[in-house]
Amino acid sequence: MKITLGTATEPGGSLVNKTGSWRTAKKPRFLHQNCTDCGMCDLHCPEGCISGDGENTYVNDEDYCKGCGICAWICPAKDIEMIPEGGEDD
Amino acid sequence: MTKKMMQGCRAIAEMATLCRPQVVSAYPITPQTVIVEELAQIVADGNLKAEFVNVEGEHSAASLVLGASATGVRVFTATSSQGLLLMAEVVFNIAGMRLPVVMVNANRSVSAPLNIWNDQQDSMTVRDSGWLQLYAENNQEATDLLLQAYRIAEDHRVMLPVMVCVDGFMLPHAYEVVDVPSQEEVDAFLPPHKPIYKLDPGKPLTMGAYAEPDKYMETRYMIQHTLEAAIPIIEEVAQEFKRSFGRSSGGLFEEYRVDDASTVIVVLGSVAGTVKDLVDDLRDQGQKIGVLRLIAYRPFPKEALCRALGNAEDVVVLEKALCLGSSGPLALDLRSAFHGRPASPKISGFTIGLGGRDITGDDIKSAVDRAHLQLTDIDFVGLREDLELEGINA
Amino acid sequence: MPKAKERDRSCDHLFTSGHTACPGCGQSLAVRLVLRAAGRNVIVVNSTGCLEIFSSKFLESSWEVPYIHSLFENVGAVASGVEAALRITGQLDDIRVIAMAGDGATADIGFGAISGMLERGHDILYVCYDNEAYMNTGIQRSGATPNYARTTTSPPGRASLGNTRPKKDLPQIVAAHGVPYVATASVAYIPDLDKKVKKALSIRGPKYIQVHVPCPLGWGTDPSRTIEFARLAVNSGLFPLFELEEGETRARKIAKKVPVEDYLREQVRFRHLFGKDGSLPEVEEIQGIADRNIERYGLITKQTG
Repeated sequence: MKITLGTATEPGGSLVNKTGSWRTAKKPRFLHQNCTDCGMCDLHCPEGCISGDGENTYVNDEDYCKGCGICAWICPAKDIEMIPEGGEDD
Repeated sequence: MTKKMMQGCRAIAEMATLCRPQVVSAYPITPQTVIVEELAQIVADGNLKAEFVNVEGEHSAASLVLGASATGVRVFTATSSQGLLLMAEVVFNIAGMRLPVVMVNANRSVSAPLNIWNDQQDSMTVRDSGWLQLYAENNQEATDLLLQAYRIAEDHRVMLPVMVCVDGFMLPHAYEVVDVPSQEEVDAFLPPHKPIYKLDPGKPLTMGAYAEPDKYMETRYMIQHTLEAAIPIIEEVAQEFKRSFGRSSGGLFEEYRVDDASTVIVVLGSVAGTVKDLVDDLRDQGQKIGVLRLIAYRPFPKEALCRALGNAEDVVVLEKALCLGSSGPLALDLRSAFHGRPASPKISGFTIGLGGRDITGDDIKSAVDRAHLQLTDIDFVGLREDLELEGINA
Repeated sequence: MPKAKERDRSCDHLFTSGHTACPGCGQSLAVRLVLRAAGRNVIVVNSTGCLEIFSSKFLESSWEVPYIHSLFENVGAVASGVEAALRITGQLDDIRVIAMAGDGATADIGFGAISGMLERGHDILYVCYDNEAYMNTGIQRSGATPNYARTTTSPPGRASLGNTRPKKDLPQIVAAHGVPYVATASVAYIPDLDKKVKKALSIRGPKYIQVHVPCPLGWGTDPSRTIEFARLAVNSGLFPLFELEEGETRARKIAKKVPVEDYLREQVRFRHLFGKDGSLPEVEEIQGIADRNIERYGLITKQTG
C-alpha cells in the first residue's frame, strides 16, 4: 500500500468495500414474474448495484446492496419484494 | 539581462511574468497590491498569456490557484498580513496536497490594531504549514528568489509550495537597480512544469481524499522528510543560479564577516543592510562581530546553522516577529537546533521593528550590548519610553 | 424515459458501489444520476460534507471521473481555478467542470466564494445537493433548513418549535447574479433532472442546479421512502421545480397537489408539529409557504389543484 503525494487515489477503489455486509434487516427479492424491463430499479438504486438486460432479468448485487428498499418501492410492476435478511434464499 | 532602476513590485511582476504562470489570482492588500496591478497591466497588454482572475477574497485567491495547480498548470499569487491569515486554511491545504504553488508574501504586521507597515509576524504564523519560506534582502534577491522558488517547488523531489517573503514597503515600494533576466535565460533555468498528479479525464484521479488515523501520520512524516531533503536542493538551485546568472542569490543563508566573529547577529530580510553597516562600524572599533542573514527559514537548516554559528560566543537574534506568550520564532528555532550540542553559543533574542517601527544602528547596538551584558530570552528593542501603557505602568 | 435496453448505459457506473452513504441516501442517488447525464469528460470539485466523506476515502474512492476535494467553503473558488486552468490550456470545450456541494456549503460557509464564481462568469455547473441541514456533522441547522424543522442546533423544546427561519431562496439569489441557467430538481424526478443537467452542460457560463435529496437519517424517514418523500415535497409546493433562463421562469406543474401535512407528518424532523389534539398552527404557516410557491411559480393550472 502506497501513501501517495497529496493522497491522490485511483478511481473505483471503493469496490473493495462490500457494503452488502451492512444489511441486517431486509433485502430485495426480484420475483421475475411481471417485470417489464422499465429499468426503474436500476435507475433508482443509490448503490448502482442492480443490473439487468431484458424482462425478468434484473438482480441486485448482494455484495453491495444495503437493503434500502427503494427498488421495491419504485417497481411499477410490484415485481420486487423485501424479504428478511437471512430468509429462505440464503 | 537588463539592469534597470525600478520599483520592487515591478521587478517582482516582471519575474513572475518571465516564469510563465498560466493562472494568476490575487486579492488586493497593502503592500502587495502594486505587484498584482503590474501583472494585470502586463496581461492586459498581451505580454503574459495567463488567466488573471480577480477574486472576492484571499481565501478564494489561494483556493483558485490550488484548483488551477491541481489541474496541472503553473500558478502565481501574492498576499500579505491579514490576507495571509485569511487564507491560512488554504495555505495548509495546498502543502498537504503537495501542490507546487509559489506565492510572494509582502511581510506586514498583523491586526489588531490595524497596521499596514512592515514586520514579519504574518509569514511567521504559517511557518508550520509545510511551505518553504525564503526571505529576500533586497529587490534583486526578491526577483531571483522567485525564479528559484519555481525550480524548487516543481522539483519532483520536493513538490511543496514556496513562499517568497519580501519586507512590505521596504522592498516592493523601494526603487533599486535590478537585473531582470531575459525570457531565454529564464526558460533555460526553469523548464515547463510537469506535475506528478493532476485532474485529467484521460487519467482520472481522486485528489484530496481523506485519510484515516491509520494513514494520516505518514503524510505528515512525508512532508517533514521532504522539507529536510529540500535543504541541499535549495543550495543546489542557488549554485546553479550563480553559474547561470553570475551572482549569489538565495541559498540557505548569507554570512557577512562571520568567520572569526565572537558575536554573530542573526536576522531575516531587509534589516540585514542596516546590520551590515553597523557590523562594519563595530569591526572598525575592534569588535569581532558579524551577521548571518538567514534566507531559508523553512526548512530550518539546523546543521548548516550550527556549523556556521558554533564557534561564536554570543548569538544575537533580532526578529520582526514574536510568538506572543513565548519567545521569538527564529530564536526558538535556533536554540532548539543547538540544544544538546557541545559547541553552543549563548543565544539572546530581541524583537524589533514591529508595525514598521524604524530600526537604527543604535537600536541594534543596544541589543548587542544587552546580550553581552546578560543572556536574554526575549526583549523588545526600540520601545518608546514616553508612553503610558494601560494596565502596565498606567 | 426510453426502455432500459434503449438507454445509453455507458455512464451508469461513473460513481461506483462500495461508497459508504447511508442506505437510501438521496444524495448518493443524485450524484450517480448527475454523472450519468454528464459523462466522463468532467472534472468534479467537491466540498467537505457527506458526499466527500462517503465517496473519497483514501484508497477507496467511488469516483471514476477526475475529482478534487479541498475544503468546506471554497468549492466555488477551487472550481474557478480548475476552469481557469482548462481555459488557458484550451481544454474548456472538451471538459466540463462540475462543482458539487451540500446546502450548508452553498448557503452558508461557501456563499462568498460561490457568489464570486457566479459574478465572474466561470463556465462551471454548480450542483447543490439540498438535504436541508449539515448532515455529515450530525444534522445541524443550515441556511437551507426550512421552517420548524428539527435539527440538533434548532431542536424543538419547551421554549422552541425548531428552526425559526425560512429556507434561504438560493435559486433566486443565484439568478440575481445574472447567470444563464438556474434550476431546481429532485431526485424523485429523474428524467427531469437528467434533462436539466444535460441542458446546463450545453450552456457556457455559470449554471446552478439545486437538487432536493431526502436524507433518511436527518429527516427521520424510512430509507425505502426516499423517492416518496421527495415527490411529496414537490407535489406539496414546498420544493417547486423550475428553471430560470434568460429572464424567463418555466415551472414544472404539480400533477396532483398534496397538503403539506402529508409531506411533514411522517418525518421525525417535523413530528413535533403534530400532536394528539391535531396539528399546530405552524403547519398552516408552512401550508402558506407552499401556497405562495404555487402562486409565484404557477405550479398549478386551473384544471388541477
